[in-house]
Amino acid sequence: MPSPLIESYFRSENLPQIWCPGCGHGIITRAIAVAIEKSGLDRDKICIVSGIGCSSRAPGYLDFNTLHTTHGRALAFATGIKLANPELKVIVITGDGDCTAIGGNHLIHACRRNIGLTTIVYNNNIYGMTGGQYSPTTPKFDKGTTAPYGNIDKAFDICNLAASAGATYVGRATSYHTNLLISLVLNALKNDGFSLIEAISGCPTYYGRKNKKGSAVNMLEWQKDNAVNISSASKMAPEMLEGKFLIGELKNSPEPEYASEYQKIIDKVMKER
Amino acid sequence: MTNSFKLMQGNEACVEGAIAAGMKFYAGYPITPSTEIAELCSEKLPVVGGKFIQMEDEIAGMAAVIGASLTGQKSMTATSGPGFSLKQENIGYASYAEIPCVIVNVQRGGPSTGQPTSPSQGDVMQARWGTHGDHPIIAICPSSVKETFDLTIRAFNLSEKYRIPVILLMDEVVGHMREKIELPDIADIEIIDRKRPNCDSDEYLPYKAEADLVPLMADFGAGYRYHVTGLAHDETGFPSNSYEVADKLIRRLMNKIEIHKDDIITWEEENIDDADVLIIAFGGVARSAKAAIKQLRENGIKVGLFRPITIWPFPQERLRELADKVKVMIVVEMNLGQLILEVQRICNNIVKIDGVNKVNGEIIYPEEIVTKVLEVI
Ligand SMILES: Cc1ncc(C[n+]2csc(CCOP(=O)(O)OP(=O)(O)O)c2C)c(N)n1
Ligand code: SF4
Repeated sequence: MPSPLIESYFRSENLPQIWCPGCGHGIITRAIAVAIEKSGLDRDKICIVSGIGCSSRAPGYLDFNTLHTTHGRALAFATGIKLANPELKVIVITGDGDCTAIGGNHLIHACRRNIGLTTIVYNNNIYGMTGGQYSPTTPKFDKGTTAPYGNIDKAFDICNLAASAGATYVGRATSYHTNLLISLVLNALKNDGFSLIEAISGCPTYYGRKNKKGSAVNMLEWQKDNAVNISSASKMAPEMLEGKFLIGELKNSPEPEYASEYQKIIDKVMKER
Repeated sequence: MTNSFKLMQGNEACVEGAIAAGMKFYAGYPITPSTEIAELCSEKLPVVGGKFIQMEDEIAGMAAVIGASLTGQKSMTATSGPGFSLKQENIGYASYAEIPCVIVNVQRGGPSTGQPTSPSQGDVMQARWGTHGDHPIIAICPSSVKETFDLTIRAFNLSEKYRIPVILLMDEVVGHMREKIELPDIADIEIIDRKRPNCDSDEYLPYKAEADLVPLMADFGAGYRYHVTGLAHDETGFPSNSYEVADKLIRRLMNKIEIHKDDIITWEEENIDDADVLIIAFGGVARSAKAAIKQLRENGIKVGLFRPITIWPFPQERLRELADKVKVMIVVEMNLGQLILEVQRICNNIVKIDGVNKVNGEIIYPEEIVTKVLEVI
């Protein structure tokens, strides 16, 4: 029997989903559904937009207004939706490749505009859907099917990228730290401007196998052992932070949202006429 | 109400037409010779409560237009050569997911950066086949400022009626030419809106075609929670791996336009009745063709004009009829022979077919057409 959450927010007729056993994407998708439930938002006014990739298949399983677009372009489609009808709560689900490679330009400009989109990046450090090629977040020297001798590209820090491009709410959690993930997504939904939550996911099928990371459970344990909450990081010696990554709320500095700023222009020119 | 006379540019007439048609959203990226369209939209849209956004590139402009259309707003983007190339993937998305929108391409000399400020008609085939895969598309070509106004409205109407991206294929000549035009009273303009469902949300099948092969389209946010994808999809809108579903979908999309050809296709004919020579020209070049025909007629040469206004789908049946009446067809176009391929496909072995072509960035002058006619008769 499906749980009440699944019953209510998932399109049960489309389940089971396409993801491999042990994939982190399902856990993250469930966390988003829980956060939406807690937010109390009207589901008829929620749009979920995605690009292309394993991660971007999530909206098809969620019972909202859902739009599965082209690779990398989810934020640009979502920008059109939000500006055309600011009443809608627009959530974007994207992958590390979708969001920071082919869609990298849209990402920095959506951040810069501070348009009201809640973006969740499922970061599994690899191109899952196309079979394990390296992505802009594959760690240096790790392997992918197109980096058989090890990747020499430097990886993006998606949260730093978004924060410095102008996103007003930024946080990171993992498929292990689901309670944190839920609370970050919930806060992100409350921010009027552009929010980005990086959800570290695990792709045991390609990234895990190529890089000898063990089973799906081993990959979750890795997340547990290597994530440091920002609240404790300041108390830790630099040596202790080596090789670790930060989770938690990384930026929270609200600023006027793009679509409401545009509305002010409309109000002004209409009054002047 | 009195009609108003105004002196304006083709690009300006396009914006006036779009606003008259009910455009409420524009997203794009500036590029010569289409830039005035973006500039005017940024000025005029907020005045009617609409939205303008300058996106980071043309891909994003096309994407935002599709997103906005899904919320129920009539949406448009405008571009030229390089930008038109960038929009292609998302134009295919709009065609496959049946999202109404208007794409203006004010053609310039190409390929690549080419001749940014020079006229061209080099995108005839790109307008038809620019995106990958079999897909339906409508492209219409104005040849005057007034016609740009009318055809922009028509582009919106066709896109709403058939849930399809419509390309307004202009050229630099028409885009930048100034003419005094009479704007009709808004009340006299026919405006078509997409058909929306009014059934219960549980009963709504977003991709179930009506008798006219067009499905009803709900606005995002109106209470029908449905899925839109660029994957092969069935009537529910959800992706499907079935060969049958994929086949049925593409065939329906192509048929949706095929069965409404008579409503979609328009053209202009002039001096056809006794013509031995038929000049086929569209867009800005049709003006030179008319001047050439006048000159030739004064010298007793029986020349007529066939001007496709809808170039995709091409007015094939009418052209085939004309092939039985005339001896020679001359296709005049600012490219090295694109529309002529259609003419040859339809009329080969029935009449002699020749072309007047130019790709140096200059318009084709009437004398060049006259010379060709004298050469072939
Ligand atoms: C324009 C375009 N280029 C390439 C592809 C092929 N492609 C599909 S998904 C994908 C990568 C997805 O990776 P990511 O966004 O990290 O998502 P994941 O599958 O890992 O969840 C690629 C390259 C495509 N669909 N479209
Ligand atoms: S390939 Fe990787 S990312 Fe894709 S579903 Fe399988 S485990 Fe998940």
